[in-house]
Amino acid sequence: MTSLLLNGAATQVAAAPETRLSAALRDECGLTGTKVGCDAGDCGACTVLLDGAQVCACLVPLAQAEGRAVTTVEGLAATPQGAALQAAFHSHGAAQCGICTPGMLMAATELLAATPNPDEAQVQAALGGVLCRCTGYRAIIKAVLTLSTAAPPPPGAVGDSIPRLDGLPKLDGSERFGADDAPADALWLRPIRSPHAHARFSIGDASHLPARLLTAADIPGRNGFGIYPDIKDQAVFAEGLARYRGDCVAALVGERAAVEAVRWEDLPITWQELPPLTAATAPGAAPLHPRWPDNILTTGRLRSGETAPPAAHTAQGQWTTGFVEHAYIEPEAGWAERHGDTIHVHGCTQAPYMDRDEVAAVLGIPLDNVRIIPSACGGGFGGKLDVSFQPMVAVAAWLTGRPVRAVWSRGESLASSTKRHPASIHATAACDAAGRLTSFEFTADYDTGAYASWGPTVAGRVPVHCMGPYRVPYVRSQARAVLTNNPPSGAFRGFGVPQAAIAQEMLWDQLADATGLDRLEFRVLNALREGDTTNTGQHLRHSVGLVECLEALRPHWHTLRAQRRTTGRLRGGVGVACMWYGIGNTGMPNPSTMRLTLAPDGRLTFHNGAVDIGQGSTTVLAQIAAEALGLPVSALHMVLYDTALTADAGKTSASRQTFVSGRAAQAAGAALRGEILRRANAGPDARLTLSDGTLRVNNEPLRLDTTLEGTGSYDPPTVPLDADGQGIPYATYGFAAQLAALEVDLDLGTIHLQKIVAAHDVGRAINPLLVRGQVEGGIAQGIGLALMEEYLPGRTENLHDYLIPTIGDVPDIETILIEAREPLGPFGAKGIGEPALVPTAPAILSAIRDATGATLRRVPALPHRVLEAIRGH
Amino acid sequence: MDAYLRPRTLDHALALLAATPGCQLLAGGTDVFPARTGAEVWLHRDARPLLDLSGIASLHGINETPAGWRIGALANWAQLCATPLPPAFDGLKQAARQVGGAQVQNRGTIIGNLCNASPAADGAPPLLTLDAQMELTGPAGPRVLPLAAFLQGNRRTALAPGEIASALLIPAPPPGARAGFLKLGARSHLVISIAMVAGVVTLEGGMVRHVRLAVGACSATAQRLPLAEAALLNAPPDPARLRPEHLAALAPIDDVRASAAYRRHAALVLLQRLVERLA
Repeated sequence: MTSLLLNGAATQVAAAPETRLSAALRDECGLTGTKVGCDAGDCGACTVLLDGAQVCACLVPLAQAEGRAVTTVEGLAATPQGAALQAAFHSHGAAQCGICTPGMLMAATELLAATPNPDEAQVQAALGGVLCRCTGYRAIIKAVLTLSTAAPPPPGAVGDSIPRLDGLPKLDGSERFGADDAPADALWLRPIRSPHAHARFSIGDASHLPARLLTAADIPGRNGFGIYPDIKDQAVFAEGLARYRGDCVAALVGERAAVEAVRWEDLPITWQELPPLTAATAPGAAPLHPRWPDNILTTGRLRSGETAPPAAHTAQGQWTTGFVEHAYIEPEAGWAERHGDTIHVHGCTQAPYMDRDEVAAVLGIPLDNVRIIPSACGGGFGGKLDVSFQPMVAVAAWLTGRPVRAVWSRGESLASSTKRHPASIHATAACDAAGRLTSFEFTADYDTGAYASWGPTVAGRVPVHCMGPYRVPYVRSQARAVLTNNPPSGAFRGFGVPQAAIAQEMLWDQLADATGLDRLEFRVLNALREGDTTNTGQHLRHSVGLVECLEALRPHWHTLRAQRRTTGRLRGGVGVACMWYGIGNTGMPNPSTMRLTLAPDGRLTFHNGAVDIGQGSTTVLAQIAAEALGLPVSALHMVLYDTALTADAGKTSASRQTFVSGRAAQAAGAALRGEILRRANAGPDARLTLSDGTLRVNNEPLRLDTTLEGTGSYDPPTVPLDADGQGIPYATYGFAAQLAALEVDLDLGTIHLQKIVAAHDVGRAINPLLVRGQVEGGIAQGIGLALMEEYLPGRTENLHDYLIPTIGDVPDIETILIEAREPLGPFGAKGIGEPALVPTAPAILSAIRDATGATLRRVPALPHRVLEAIRGH
Repeated sequence: MDAYLRPRTLDHALALLAATPGCQLLAGGTDVFPARTGAEVWLHRDARPLLDLSGIASLHGINETPAGWRIGALANWAQLCATPLPPAFDGLKQAARQVGGAQVQNRGTIIGNLCNASPAADGAPPLLTLDAQMELTGPAGPRVLPLAAFLQGNRRTALAPGEIASALLIPAPPPGARAGFLKLGARSHLVISIAMVAGVVTLEGGMVRHVRLAVGACSATAQRLPLAEAALLNAPPDPARLRPEHLAALAPIDDVRASAAYRRHAALVLLQRLVERLA
């Protein structure tokens, strides 16, 4: 028994003395506000105060807390400073998904106790041990520095920067993520994964194990899942052949202690290693899957223009990028429970309805017998679109009749989850003497890993986007998705476009220099404008705000260029890059449905199935629905995400929720308003109010005898692409341009970022505070892609070898919002989630080139690669 | 046998260690727990009992002694930074502020960092430049080894079975000595070094009269660089005196963080900058 002073109360904890404090707090004391992101001191999510000093609770044996004061996020609100810090985080948008927030708050609490008025460097030093993957840290720094709320929040009309409506539970530890709310009597499930990239295996008698070993033979229905309805190539439990390191071959299920007692050498599995295929060796080698005899999953193409106009200047180059890990701070976690002939699956996800379909098929039961109840999601970025734990816990709960839970360790999450596709790109571009682009040719192989996942989407999006948002008369582009024995590459913020944008923008810099044009003006000259036709043959009638973005950047460009250091060993550079991004699925339906109800007792409920993974859709969609209805957002009660209670709003991907689900929410609001006005016999301009359970129309109470309902659906109008990539792949596009200012250490090849200026055409910013949060978070991930992130299977399977940006790696960011209204969008809005990331890496590489003359051919631009490029230049 | 032991005296700890062969010593936990986490990903469980030293009062503290300074086995990085020490310790303090994040600095011990014997141990280069010695206590009493002899290789030390690293002994630094530390990594916090350098320099009349230089993450253990030191001794502190051949003893590797050639180059650049800073 260990005695400690827990949040001010004397507490006895019965766990074994060597138990990690994080586990003791969560499992014994029920304080799940302390999050576990890595169990290795690498992420800081479990930061608590031990006698006032911040520590990673995962590295403290319970016995060392004996007689000491432990403060967790649950104890924060009791102090004035803690409450002020929580309020500041809320008001500044410093919590997005919320999984790192408890750790950030505790680290800041230690700082403020000693240094009530810290400067930015002190904040960075104190919070440097907590990783955040959503915010880009700038809002967190601002919150700690000001420690006060901004002006009182506006009411929440469209265009108002209101704090997240789901924000408060993220600040006091009460939010429930995938690992936080399983029943106490749940069995544990532990996947068994292949340590080999490619191996045959056989599983012998497992009856000696203290836990049940589930294998392919135990799957009641289809042993396969995958994003595309016709490609279910990834087995829940592989059948005799493991195709990547991390491939799941079986799972232990039983009481937690029994499962955790099993060691690798106890497992009755024999392995026969096979040579692994890489992107270089796979095409034409023996097939990984019989269905794709040449290991080419798919090839996307675009042909535009019959002949290229005469060119004065040509540029060409090759670029390679590596695997990039999503590194959401919440590893995959959830649980399932059987209720008669139905199954309920709880946990973190970006796509509840897709989960439902996969679970139903794996269990071999009707769709209606599966209910997905999403928990809060501690970051996703595309990585929680594919199922992970869902089919496994569902099968285990189905077979055992007991609730079954699973929590991936960080190492498992890294090894098993999807990644950003590594790309190997060759591109050639040309322009005339005046700098007008004449042609662009692009071929790329994307390593799609062992299973299809989102590979076809990447191969589809890349040829359409790879010339960027520019007028190019002649384009030939091709992207192949190559199957290999690497981790499955899936969806990651941008679906292959960020990789392609590197090649495209680097070529523009070369052509601008050859033409003698300023690099920013070269882009202005060639930028798409309203009325232009894209290379897919799509006429852009509205909402092409790229030139406005570039014009907004121009004064910053000149100032930053003038300020940069041009002598000495620290050399300044300023880079520029643009992007466009099609909102929603590529030439395929992706409908959303939203529903509002008004009960006779005056209860107004928004049934919203669009999962908020931190990006803010719950707030934004409520603002849209309330505006369309004509009542304040504060009047809405929320029913969220549960497939039994909300309609299909599609997946949280492709930057589609604000645009697609937003239009559905707008339609739902308008439909309910129509019902109300019809009953009140009131005109379209009637004023609605709702107070004390009474709805008033133009101040006249409206009595209801039945629940009124407004449902809205939207599916963006598209035309599928033909074999030459011609069609209308997206109903609308986001546009952006970013500047990066940095210094390069010419002797060491290290990069110091100084400033990013980002101009984004979002159509309409429904909630500018949240839009800026998306931009800053996307930029942070772009910085990671450019400068440090590289996943190597078997080598960087933890968060101290796999590096993501820390609080000191994201410079000052200035965000400029351009609002070129999109008539199809809700109140003119488009998406922002992915656009924020796309231009950052090319802008950084452009700045390195400006500083040094060297063109980087490979990202991440680690110091040794930068130095090599400088010296080879 | 218990999985966890927490003695209150060093003698008791030594007795438990003798009676519990194969147990693992635990102080701040910042290396022990991550290693266990890494193994468990693939169901490789470390079942060694833990012998937790944190309850042993005599191992705490950083104290001045007649001969210099004594850093107890349980002294952590944050405590080091908070202790008033001569300027010769500035390099060690600069290293302390770059070990992991604040959470690790509040928990991780200086001696544990050395016992973990990573080639990239942040404490090793500055302590080498302070001529630190390890006090290893066994059943027969303490013995003292120079740090360079204690660090035997990647994850290998001279700690014998039955011994506990009980203290670091640092001789009084030369009067007027100045010190520094430079760490190179691919991000600003929570980073394992690509290369790092430490130096202690004393100048008299514009000439280097005492110099210790060490490089970490560029060979299996951090190393002093006698050739580089000799090139600076009794001469003005001119970074240009440092030449690539002075670093010939380093044996850097290619890994995910950098190439071997880059490490060798970066070590020289960092050393030159350090000398420039200390001049």
